[in-house]
Amino acid sequence: MSLMTANWNPLGEAFYRKTELYEMSWNLREGLKDSLLSAAPYGGPIAVLREPHRRSPRSRPQLEIYSASGVSIASFPWKSGPVIHLGWTVTDELLCVQEDGSVLIYDLFGSFKRHFSMGQEVVQSQVLEAKVFHSPYGTGVAIVTGSSRFTLATNIDDLKLRRLPEVPGLQGKPSSWLVLTQDRQTKVLLSNGPEFFILDNTSCTSVCPPGLGPHYGNIIHMCVSFNYKYLSVFTDSGHLWTGPSHLQDSLSLVDTKKTSRPEQMVWCRRPKSQEPAVILMWDHLLLVVGVCGETIQFPVDDPCALVGELDGVRIISSTHQDFLQEVPLVCQDMFKIASMAPGALLLEAHREYQKSSQKADEYLREIKEQRMLGEAVIQCVEAAAHEYDTSTQKALLRAASFGKCFLTDQSPDQFVETCRELRVLNAVREASVGLPLTHAQFKQMTLQVLIDRLVYRQFYPLAIEICRYLKIPDYQGVSCVLKHWASRKVQQKDLSDEAIAHAVCSKVGDTPGVSYAQIAAKAYECGRSELAIKLLDFEARSGDQVPLLLRMKRSHLALTKAVESGDTDQIYTVVTVLKNEMNRGDFFMTLRNQPVALSLYRQFCKLQELETLKDLYNQDDDHQELANYYIAASYREKRLETRLSQLQNAVDEFNRAKNDFSAKATEDEMRLLRLQRKLDDEKGLRLLGLSLQDTMETLLSSGLHKQADQIYRDFKVPDKRYWWLKLKSLAEKSEWEELEKFSKSKKSPIGYLAFVEVCMKHNNTFEAKKYVSRVTAEQKVKSHLAVGDLEGAAEAAIERRNDAEIGAVLSRCSTTDRLLIDRLNRARAATQRK
Amino acid sequence: MAYDARRDCPQLPDFSVLKRLARDQLIYLLEQLPGKKDLFIEADLMSPLDRIANLSTLKQHEVDKLYKVEYKPIISTSDQLCFLIRPRIKTVKWICGVVNADKTVGRFRRYKLIFAPQKFYACEMVLEEQGIFGDVTTDEWAFYLLPLDDDIISLELPEFFRDNFLAGDQRWVRTAGSALHLLHSIYGPFSKIYGIGRCSKMAYESWREQVEEEENRGRQAEIGNVFLIDRDVDFVTPLCSQVVYEGLVDDTFRIKCGCVEFGPEVTSSDKSVKVMLNSQDKVFNEIRNEHFSNVFNFLSQKAKNLQMAYDKRRGMDIKQMKTFVSEELKGLKQEHRLLSLHISASESIMKKKTKQDFQEMLKTEHSLLEGFEIRECTSFIEEHIIRQLSMIESLRLLCLLSLTENGLLSKDYRSLKAQYLQSYGMNHLLTFANLKRLGLLVEQQPGETLTVMESKVGKLVNDKTAGKLTDAFSSLAKKSNFRALSRKLNLVPKSDEEYNLRVPRDMAYIFSGAYIPLSCKLIEQVLERDGWTGLEDATKLLNGHEFCATGTNGADVKGKSDAPRIVLVMFLGGCTFSEISALRFLGKEKGYKFIVVTTAITNSSRLIEALLDSHM
Repeated sequence: MSLMTANWNPLGEAFYRKTELYEMSWNLREGLKDSLLSAAPYGGPIAVLREPHRRSPRSRPQLEIYSASGVSIASFPWKSGPVIHLGWTVTDELLCVQEDGSVLIYDLFGSFKRHFSMGQEVVQSQVLEAKVFHSPYGTGVAIVTGSSRFTLATNIDDLKLRRLPEVPGLQGKPSSWLVLTQDRQTKVLLSNGPEFFILDNTSCTSVCPPGLGPHYGNIIHMCVSFNYKYLSVFTDSGHLWTGPSHLQDSLSLVDTKKTSRPEQMVWCRRPKSQEPAVILMWDHLLLVVGVCGETIQFPVDDPCALVGELDGVRIISSTHQDFLQEVPLVCQDMFKIASMAPGALLLEAHREYQKSSQKADEYLREIKEQRMLGEAVIQCVEAAAHEYDTSTQKALLRAASFGKCFLTDQSPDQFVETCRELRVLNAVREASVGLPLTHAQFKQMTLQVLIDRLVYRQFYPLAIEICRYLKIPDYQGVSCVLKHWASRKVQQKDLSDEAIAHAVCSKVGDTPGVSYAQIAAKAYECGRSELAIKLLDFEARSGDQVPLLLRMKRSHLALTKAVESGDTDQIYTVVTVLKNEMNRGDFFMTLRNQPVALSLYRQFCKLQELETLKDLYNQDDDHQELANYYIAASYREKRLETRLSQLQNAVDEFNRAKNDFSAKATEDEMRLLRLQRKLDDEKGLRLLGLSLQDTMETLLSSGLHKQADQIYRDFKVPDKRYWWLKLKSLAEKSEWEELEKFSKSKKSPIGYLAFVEVCMKHNNTFEAKKYVSRVTAEQKVKSHLAVGDLEGAAEAAIERRNDAEIGAVLSRCSTTDRLLIDRLNRARAATQRK
Repeated sequence: MAYDARRDCPQLPDFSVLKRLARDQLIYLLEQLPGKKDLFIEADLMSPLDRIANLSTLKQHEVDKLYKVEYKPIISTSDQLCFLIRPRIKTVKWICGVVNADKTVGRFRRYKLIFAPQKFYACEMVLEEQGIFGDVTTDEWAFYLLPLDDDIISLELPEFFRDNFLAGDQRWVRTAGSALHLLHSIYGPFSKIYGIGRCSKMAYESWREQVEEEENRGRQAEIGNVFLIDRDVDFVTPLCSQVVYEGLVDDTFRIKCGCVEFGPEVTSSDKSVKVMLNSQDKVFNEIRNEHFSNVFNFLSQKAKNLQMAYDKRRGMDIKQMKTFVSEELKGLKQEHRLLSLHISASESIMKKKTKQDFQEMLKTEHSLLEGFEIRECTSFIEEHIIRQLSMIESLRLLCLLSLTENGLLSKDYRSLKAQYLQSYGMNHLLTFANLKRLGLLVEQQPGETLTVMESKVGKLVNDKTAGKLTDAFSSLAKKSNFRALSRKLNLVPKSDEEYNLRVPRDMAYIFSGAYIPLSCKLIEQVLERDGWTGLEDATKLLNGHEFCATGTNGADVKGKSDAPRIVLVMFLGGCTFSEISALRFLGKEKGYKFIVVTTAITNSSRLIEALLDSHM
């Protein structure tokens, strides 16, 4: 702690410090000399290609991938063409740009993913130089070819090659160039001898950084800041110009007194930087040039690589890795010698308190008098977030916690959150994991991305621990991790299907949000169908199993699962696939075992393929349904002959179904149809298609009694129906004499009340009364009432001593019938007494 | 009037949100096809659409002309056609015809199909087969629920009944699940879900699946309990004649989408009048649940009161008169208008009912329900058929006879069927096949052979297959077991006691005290027992499929919330107004509020008509 400021170097108003991140665990015998090296920002992985230009087939160059701490992740001999440039995408995939313009993409573990080409013409002209850059659209690649043309691809996941316009006077490669993303446009900045150009989609414009006259010499190197906002260029007279990248303004122009071209040049600044600087590296020297004009020199004994970060620069050498950054303001306040910032006082107070010294009280008092205790706590917490060393973090957080004790209204959120985040950061900074993220970088990349990266690097247990520790909802946290783990697990070739299925199931269990169907799909993609089926069994949602089963050509199983899911659309989908896949017989057999699917398909056929419906019934020997089918079909027929033949089919099927009732009914119908046709032809009626009753009614009303009687006998029409019909039609035609004759032809099967009522319906009281006497005893009262004969009704009711009937008569009596009412009431009393 | 609500009756949730949601989504979909367009609407979506968005709303969103889908060539001149349709193959085929006709004459238009409430794969398949899949765009209008009243929500899917129960086509089950899910996401979380019936169970599972797919949030529940019931659990109730006012109006005039059209015989003028029937209509609100015999008394009392209110005018000074005119008169006039409408409607009902020997018919129904004088009932029905009194009513009575008697005697079955065919034509052979498949009209099975076989098979194979087999058997010969159920659940009150219809003592009042609707009785019993325990005998007779589940976690039902006493009853396959009245009565008695969600409002005629199969 006491040495906090030992590695601080003043630069203008601010300080720069270089802290060691790791001793690299790799073992590079030849150092970084003659190697292509690329390290991804945000503590990303490092790719090293040793001697990229060696082409003898006996000793191929070796491509190695390391974590940021130098732990080997993958290593394999490079068998493809000569590599010009290495770069990492935002999703930690390695891009290898080859001389012939093809770009090969490998994942973190060195397995080949895919490749694309930067254009056909490049094969001839060859790539001279390439750059991989990041923009809001993703990762891009830019190349300059032997014919001095630039080609850009702004997003390699959505490849659109853009060939930029020619640069006047450019031969071979430019002396320096870079890619700039500005105003949603990607441009190239390049210098060629004394000239300086901006190259965009359509034009090539000559520009000049303000204040950098031609007498400062030619631009031989340049770099742009992490956020593309600032540019710095280096001229062969040793001058370093800095300014905003839109070139409207300048920040500074510093003479470095070095005329040789720096090997690397990187911006080193942080958000809200006080003293941004550019870092230049020559053979044995690292020079930090502040915008203020001051410089710091660090000796370098080994070739290094500079990696620009959001808030500093990582310096990777063959033995160790350092982080160079401007000391954050809050840390300056905390640790500057003789700082009187409240945080610094609080830290001191806590230190004294631990020594049990009363000075602690004095310091505290001083802060409290200035009412700065809250501020002090916040400073301590913020400073802790910026510190890399865990003991410093602890000291600061303890001081903050100590200060918090004297505050009543301080929200603990920031403190708690920082503690949690630092714990996570410390865990991922461990050399075994190797993600040297600063707090600012972590905030920028977000927790979700950090977890994704951990998952990608297969640090599953750590990722799960972090999710649980930070209480991330399962959907975004644990479930995601488990899903990836399981997808990875199924690819493990050395394990048996059972072992993998068991392992997956025991870990994943029924964690919400993890779909076994997805895992199974992965297994199937890796050619493990058996495993996929085993895994699908664990999928609770039957519906999710269907698409994969179909893809695996397990159509029967798919149908079963679709039916289980209850999703009719899924069932339809499977049925359609089956229909095309199988011959008809097998298809029908399959459906037969799945009633739900069968009824769905039948519904479909009813509307779309009637013939198929018939075949379906045929297949099932469902004669009953087949018969019904023919009956329905017969009604669609216009011509009598075809209708009859359809009906005959129906009769046959009914007979097969042993449904003699329906067979008989259908035969009767056929007979009726023929008869109707005959009568229509003979008498000019329109009977065809009428029901039996309607036919008879029409006949009767047309006076064709003989024909009606014929039907009555031929079709065994029940007497009741016949009598009703006759009664109705005679009354309708007011043939009252005929009616009376008919009523006497034999004893009426429908009784005589019906006669009374029908007559009354036609308002013929006279005729009605004729039948009253013939009505049965039970209906006497009713019929008297029907003809409006109250006296008679009363008589009958009293005679029958029926309470209900007496009541019925009473309810019809009006007040004028005093006598009758009295009589009825007496009778009622008498019956009730009984 | 006849009974007052308990004072602690909970408040119903506000369902107008559902309308707003549907409207907003429809507008969004219309906006997806910018510019002027003609809108073709499926006939049975017209009335529901009218409740959601009026013409001016549609015009605002650049709908030029409106057409009803009539399966004829179109005459529209617009370059953009929008079709608002149900996912039916028939309609899609018609659209294919329209598009192909345009193609042959080289006319270019944009077509958009909006399926309500969802699209089916089969529809897309037809589009593909007809080669126009690429020419049209399709969308879904998730219009699942239409609130018809404060406590009635309808899916307006009458075909649900036939498709699901007759054809075994389960595609609407998911729709029901989604509808439930929508209610859950707005008014849930539900704490308890009960149900009975295969379809209910599937709808419940579909809902459950959808809930699991999303994260649950802690919300204040507005609906605590849910009861799902299949229509085929209780066919008896919807087949009985309705005698409660609202039901009678539905039986007589057909209420469509909460709206009835009174013809000239009611309005006593040449014009028909459309009246919205809901709780906003104060007169109707008071009589809708009343037994018809009370309605006249009530209406005349009401008329007297109204006259008195009018009479107040006499002896008023100018100032009083002014306030009377400005404040009361309009309301009185409105009430007067409604009152006279309902009075003439009642008269019209009376006229119709006496003409058809309504009393005789009711007597027969009651005898069937009680199970005596079956022979007389049978001859009554026979006479009914022979005299061709009504094609539908005859079938209804036949079904009632079969259901209550557990099938017809073989002799009767044949002769009645033969009589019916002679009266109404041979094509009804198909209707009878349908009725038989549903178990509505069957022949009595000799002995109990089937159950014996079932239990034997059940012992041999494991549970799952046994379940499937039982299903297969029960579909072969569904038994109604009405008599046994009626005894177990006391559905038919003893007939010797006088039943006072003015002061009902139980739900039987909706059938003149002759029968407590089975569906509602089950709901009452399950809520009382908080589950199915103790009802095993009954559920066995109902072919099982009962379930009871606790809802999702995160339900904050404790505290002062009303939710536990708000019960959502979902009828899959339709429910009748009588059942709704019975539930309202039950709610008032027990301090519940029932919300009825149904696939459609049904009654005996609609139910039977859905099963007619004259020309396929």
